[in-house]
Parts: sequence; C-alpha cells; structure tokens
Amino acid sequence: MSRRWRRSAAPSVEEAAARPRTALELVGVGHAYGERTVLRDVSLVLPEHRVGVIGSNGSGKSTLARLLNGLVLPTSGRVLVDGLDTATDLRAVRRRVGFVFQDPDAQIVHPTVAEDVAFGLLNQRVPAPERDQRVAEVLARYGLAGHADHPAHLLSGGQKQLLAIAGVLVMRPARVVFDEPTTLLDLANRRRVAQVIEELEQDVVVVTHDLDLLAGFDRVLVVEDGRVVADGAPGETVDWYVARMS
Amino acid sequence: MSALALYSPVPSALHRTPAGLELAALAGLSVLPVRVAGAALGVVVVLALIGARLTPRQLLAQLRPVWWWLVGLLAFHLIVTDLATGALAVLRLATLVLAAAVVTATTKVAELVAVVEWLCAPLRLVGVRPARIGLAIAMTLRFIPLVAERAERIREAQAARGATRPLFLLLVPLLVQVLQLAHTTAEALDARGADDEAPPRALWRRS
Repeated sequence: MSRRWRRSAAPSVEEAAARPRTALELVGVGHAYGERTVLRDVSLVLPEHRVGVIGSNGSGKSTLARLLNGLVLPTSGRVLVDGLDTATDLRAVRRRVGFVFQDPDAQIVHPTVAEDVAFGLLNQRVPAPERDQRVAEVLARYGLAGHADHPAHLLSGGQKQLLAIAGVLVMRPARVVFDEPTTLLDLANRRRVAQVIEELEQDVVVVTHDLDLLAGFDRVLVVEDGRVVADGAPGETVDWYVARMS
Repeated sequence: MSALALYSPVPSALHRTPAGLELAALAGLSVLPVRVAGAALGVVVVLALIGARLTPRQLLAQLRPVWWWLVGLLAFHLIVTDLATGALAVLRLATLVLAAAVVTATTKVAELVAVVEWLCAPLRLVGVRPARIGLAIAMTLRFIPLVAERAERIREAQAARGATRPLFLLLVPLLVQVLQLAHTTAEALDARGADDEAPPRALWRRS
C-alpha cells in the first residue's frame, strides 16, 4: 500500500478533513489482489446517512468497505470521500472516515482500556487535557468508565467491540465504516451495537450478514462476485437478497 | 494472572511517583550491596503490601514463575561458591521480581512507555521515531495474553479432535493466526492514524 505525506499540500490535512459532508463516490472502481479480481467497475454515489452492504462470503463487500477509508486503494477508478480522493488525500480521508473491524481484538492495540481509546488522539496530537476529557466522555457513553485502567484482554467480547467503537468515535470522524461489527457477538451485544449505530450522528456504512441490523437504514447494496447487483430501500432489497439465497 | 492485571487505580504516593524514578530505583536494586539486601527485600514487601495494596497471594503469584530459577540459582551457588553467596543472589532476584510488581501495580503502561520514548529521543537523529518504539512495547504487552488465548483455543480444538501431540501441532496454526492478526492490526493502525506523522529525517539526510 502506498503511503503519502503531503509536506507542503494546501489545504492542510486538518482543513481538508473538516470540509462538509457531501457523499461517498466510487467512479468505475475495480480492485484485484494479484490475479484475483474482487471488485469490477463499481460506480456509486452514496449521500445517504445510513447505508448497508450485504452479500455472500467472498463477494467483495469487505474490500468495498476498505476502499472507503483508503485501507485498500483501487487498482482502477477513483474513490472520493466528500470530494477527497483516497489515492491522493489519504491522511485527510482517514481523519474523516473511521473504521470498525469485525474482530475487536485486532483493533485494540494498547494494553489498557483508556490508553487504547487515547491512541488515535495521540496520533492527532490532541493536547493532554482535551484528550483526557474526550476519553472520559466516550468511555462513560459506552459504559466503560469503570474499566478505564483495566487490561483490555479481560473485557467480554461485547465490551471489546464497544471499546473498538469508542476508540474510533473519540477521533470524531465525519463518517464511520463498520465491517461486520456484530458477527462475533451474542444477541444482547448485537442489540447494543445496533443501538450505538442507530444513535450515531455520523454517516455510516455497515457491511453485515446481520439483516436485522439494517432495519431503518436509508439504502442497502447487495454485492455479488465483485459487482453491485441490487441497490435500494432496505425492505425490498433485503427481501430480494433473502429470496436469492433461498 | 497477567502482570497488567496487577495495576491498581486506587491513588497512592507511589502512584504519584514519576515512572522514571521508579524504573531507576528498580535498576538500582539490581546492584544492591550485600549488607542491605535483606533490608531491601523487607522494604519492597512493605511497599507492595501497604503502598501498592497488593495481597500476599498476589505477591506469591509473582514469585511462582521464577520459583525454579530461584532454586536452580541456589543449587548452582552451593556447587560453585557457597550458601551465603547463593542466598544473596536468590534474595536479589526475589527482591527485583517483587519490586517490578510494585512498579506495575502503581504505574500506568503509558507512563512506562513515555519513559522509554524519552530515553530513545536521541535516536531521532538517526531517523528513528521514539513513538514507534513505545508503540511496539505497548503492543507487545497487549498481544502476549491475546496470543496465549489463541494458542489455548487451538490446543483445545486439537485435543477435541484427538490430537496426541498438541504442543508440536500448535506451532503452524498459531503462526498462521498470528500472521492474520498482524495483518488486520496493521490495517487498524493505519485506520487510527498511526501513520499520521511524517517520519523524521536522519541527520545526514537533512538538507
């Protein structure tokens, strides 16, 4: 993956990251891992508040999610986040788009809860007093305040996923992409994470196999064999997908 | 129990002691003179029980992993030197282990990492990012229990399917899982802005 640091770019990363939300755009996007093509000529404009992405395993939906904050760069076409190109404005895009992974264990990089939440703010050079305040706020919001100094590996699966979400939201991204956030969770924690997503003011894209999670979403995409094969309101799109899988 | 689980958030004078001072004292203990070795162990135990609020059980749990080292050390000295020298060596090692427990119980990992980063600051001149070294240490502490947990899961899965040499068979699947974990964690570091800073330029490359 290429990494670009724009030492003399204008506008600055901070200015670019603060621009207003318009839409996620994929323009003729294709992606291949070596010889294996996983996305083919995908073109989309996603101005909606909440977008769901469903599809079978290996269909390309996780790659689609990773394209949205530049974890994966397109091998053809362009991905634009509110006008910022992931290929050329990578740092600004990553400040705008938070990413929550399926396995929180892979996302938690510091040994204790509060230190892990503070990690992203340290990277953004947020001053210590503001950092401490924002960490305390987000831990309280997700019921983790009592665990602030506890080792992260002692948390339950649901608490770890909430910690992973807190670690992203504390950075105040304009958008959040979730890659199968409920797959490893029990029913109670799935509901808790669904509630967290529902309450977010940020625009969200959720890749999931959990069809119940998509109730109330604005738009749902079905990805099959690297292409978007259905695109519409959740009710009709999910019904179409379920019928196709039956 | 993980050493990290020892940390006690209840504030005390030891919590307010700078992490650098605690680490320096820990280093000083390793070169303790013979005359004060016994007294030092007593002081460390008192600090552990009263200052760090560790229980006697927690203290003994810290000594358990090094128990055979202590016995071996004493046996070695009985053969090569004498009982007094062996007892002193055992006393020093036990003191160090307990003192390290006191430091762990009263110091946040972030504070310890900050000391390491401060010590590594001169490496900036040769293009090294001290923050990266600190992150590597923090991630090592974070992932040791996680890798142990994954190893235990594989061992159970193998045992459930009748594996008779689980330790030998553990290595390849564990390596595969750790590499997958490393890949996703690298993505997570990117997504959380770990690469947000341009690397420092080595002194001889500055224009």
